[in-house]
Amino acid sequence: MTDTLLRVVAAGSVDDGKSTLIGRLLHDSCAVPDDQLAALLAAGHDRGTGLDLSLLTDGLRAEREQGITIDVAYRYFATPRRSFVLIDTPGHVQYTRNMVTGASTADAALLLVDVRAGLTDQTRRHTAVVAALGVRHVLLVVNKMDLAGWAEPAFRAVEREFRALAERLGIAAPVVVPVSAATGDNVVELSAAMPWYAGGPLLARLEDCSAAPADARPARMPVQVVLRAGEYRGYAGRIESGVLRPGDEVVALPSGATGRIAAIDAAGRELAEAGAGRSVVLRLHEDLDISRGELLASAADAPEPTRDLTGTVCWFSPRPLRVGARLLVRHGTQVTRAVVRGIGDRFDPATAGRLPGAAELELNALASVTLRTMTELPVDAYDRIRATGAFLLLDEHDGDTLGAGMAVRPGSAA
Amino acid sequence: MTTLAEPARRTAGAPPAPDGHLNDLRDEAIHVLREVAGQFDRPALLFSGGKDSVLVLHLALLAFRPAPVPFPLLHVDTGHNFPEVLAFRDATAERAGARLLVARVQDSIDAGRVRERPDGLRNPLQTVTLLDAVAEHRFDALIGGARRDEDRARAKERIFSLRDEFGQWDPRRQRPELWQLYNGRHLPGEHLRVFPLSNWTELDVWRYLAREDVPLPELYRAHRRRVLRRDGMWLPESPHVPLRAGERIEERLVRYRTVGDVTCTGAVESSAVDYPAIVTEVALSRTTERGATRADDRVGQAAMEDRKREGYF
Repeated sequence: MTDTLLRVVAAGSVDDGKSTLIGRLLHDSCAVPDDQLAALLAAGHDRGTGLDLSLLTDGLRAEREQGITIDVAYRYFATPRRSFVLIDTPGHVQYTRNMVTGASTADAALLLVDVRAGLTDQTRRHTAVVAALGVRHVLLVVNKMDLAGWAEPAFRAVEREFRALAERLGIAAPVVVPVSAATGDNVVELSAAMPWYAGGPLLARLEDCSAAPADARPARMPVQVVLRAGEYRGYAGRIESGVLRPGDEVVALPSGATGRIAAIDAAGRELAEAGAGRSVVLRLHEDLDISRGELLASAADAPEPTRDLTGTVCWFSPRPLRVGARLLVRHGTQVTRAVVRGIGDRFDPATAGRLPGAAELELNALASVTLRTMTELPVDAYDRIRATGAFLLLDEHDGDTLGAGMAVRPGSAA
Repeated sequence: MTTLAEPARRTAGAPPAPDGHLNDLRDEAIHVLREVAGQFDRPALLFSGGKDSVLVLHLALLAFRPAPVPFPLLHVDTGHNFPEVLAFRDATAERAGARLLVARVQDSIDAGRVRERPDGLRNPLQTVTLLDAVAEHRFDALIGGARRDEDRARAKERIFSLRDEFGQWDPRRQRPELWQLYNGRHLPGEHLRVFPLSNWTELDVWRYLAREDVPLPELYRAHRRRVLRRDGMWLPESPHVPLRAGERIEERLVRYRTVGDVTCTGAVESSAVDYPAIVTEVALSRTTERGATRADDRVGQAAMEDRKREGYF
């Protein structure tokens, strides 16, 4: 039994059968409670459609009426080997922002295609998003094999095209599985209809996904709040990378103040060390005059604060992003103002190649963007340390989330 | 059309409680609670004395210790709550050193803000009382114990979820929520609902409460109670639950899986008197807690979505 949760995002184009696949995974691993199954059977009876597993995750009225997934749904299940969160995301291009929401916290991505349709623009867009977000495990599920006569050549053609795309986008060793969500073949149980397929069923391939490797990265902890009680003064936050121990030197950024850890408090206990994911309170020997918004980093390996921020941005707003636009940038626990200096190459979902820079970035586009910020930000490259390489672009007026960015190493192109 | 065979019970029951998993959930919730403290001026924690809100308060104490919890507790009292739960609520708030605010549905009825329903259910009326309390205290964030595994409309909810100036949730216009960069910015008059337990399941909640031996109201343990059978549930004998034709009071060994309004919360037959027995029972259960025990969720497929849109918890 693996000790930790595997977060799996599922994405596909419209009608790839993604919600059905998730329903199938949940049902065949006995994760559907009886009352929900009874409600499902009743709903299928009322609509005259028979049992429809997609209704398990399409939880909004509009989704059931239109037969599509609009927003992310989170479902929880466990097998004897490990626990999962299945994050079901929309296929429609207009809801790509919800797919990005689901993918941003995922350890593994299930990308779904209909074997008869092959890769679509939306598949290429989703694959690019998954690659940009750095999702660790990528699985292509080639669905509806029953409707293609379980034929190996049809599957191999899709597999070849996808492996070429993955290589181009820098995705290492994707897993490709032929399934039928409707019949359950190769979902939880190995299919007898496709003896030419040597890999395991999808669920077994998911169970095999390794957890994050031991963390050799430098320590980072954005300060969320400063806690005071009498003589007690501590900096509360979550360690986002690396390991911290009493005695370690840390630097607060962007202020530059340094200190040494006296103690690490967590959930009422003092810890000898704490690693990524732990919510802690750091007490320092020195009394630093810092507050929410600062980043505590290993003094030995700290990022250089900068006002010039370049990254790959996914744009979520129907109002295009233009050069010269003013926005807020959220990085760690810091919010600062920024102006758009430049928009570089855009991802082209039709070719998986790049289109030359434009003056504006439209809804759901993925492109390199350069910003100038009002205050300095201690930014790491996203592909090195996710939490300090990630940033949000917010509307100055109403605070709405307009875009998400992944910083590149200073000086390199996105 | 989808075909469906009875799956092999390869996962009957559930794997043993993974400690690392519970610690991850705990630390995620603490991170969320600290984001609330860092981003809002006037947050409040919704606290009923039910197991989920008890857990949220327990985590809030961990998040800020040795400093006090930096927000008040708010309870919307339908006037139909279990007296022993109200006593537990008051004692727990006092022990936590937290300020408890109570907004009463009865006050909303007396003020003519809402009208008593013919069926006597007060659960649907709570939304008005809740939103009035938000306006009166100018709360900019309400922390709730809702979980995504409770209901399929809840499964769609963000951890930081924006409500417009009418307190309404628009599921089609939810903000993207990336990584753990929770965005609490909003216009004056709007507020956020924050759900630190989003990624917990019912079983996770019980396993964690058991592991940390967190005190709960007694009615979560099996006890003998005078009850009546209605809509497949055991409702308690109470002045708020008048007997209908054909119903009779009988004594049963029961416990509660969820605790809310007396009129719509059913008990389940159980002999589980302590945490280990309850955890085992929940792990083996083949129904959801809401399906088993909540009359208010049986109204229709979109009952929760409709209530959430109007501003419900």
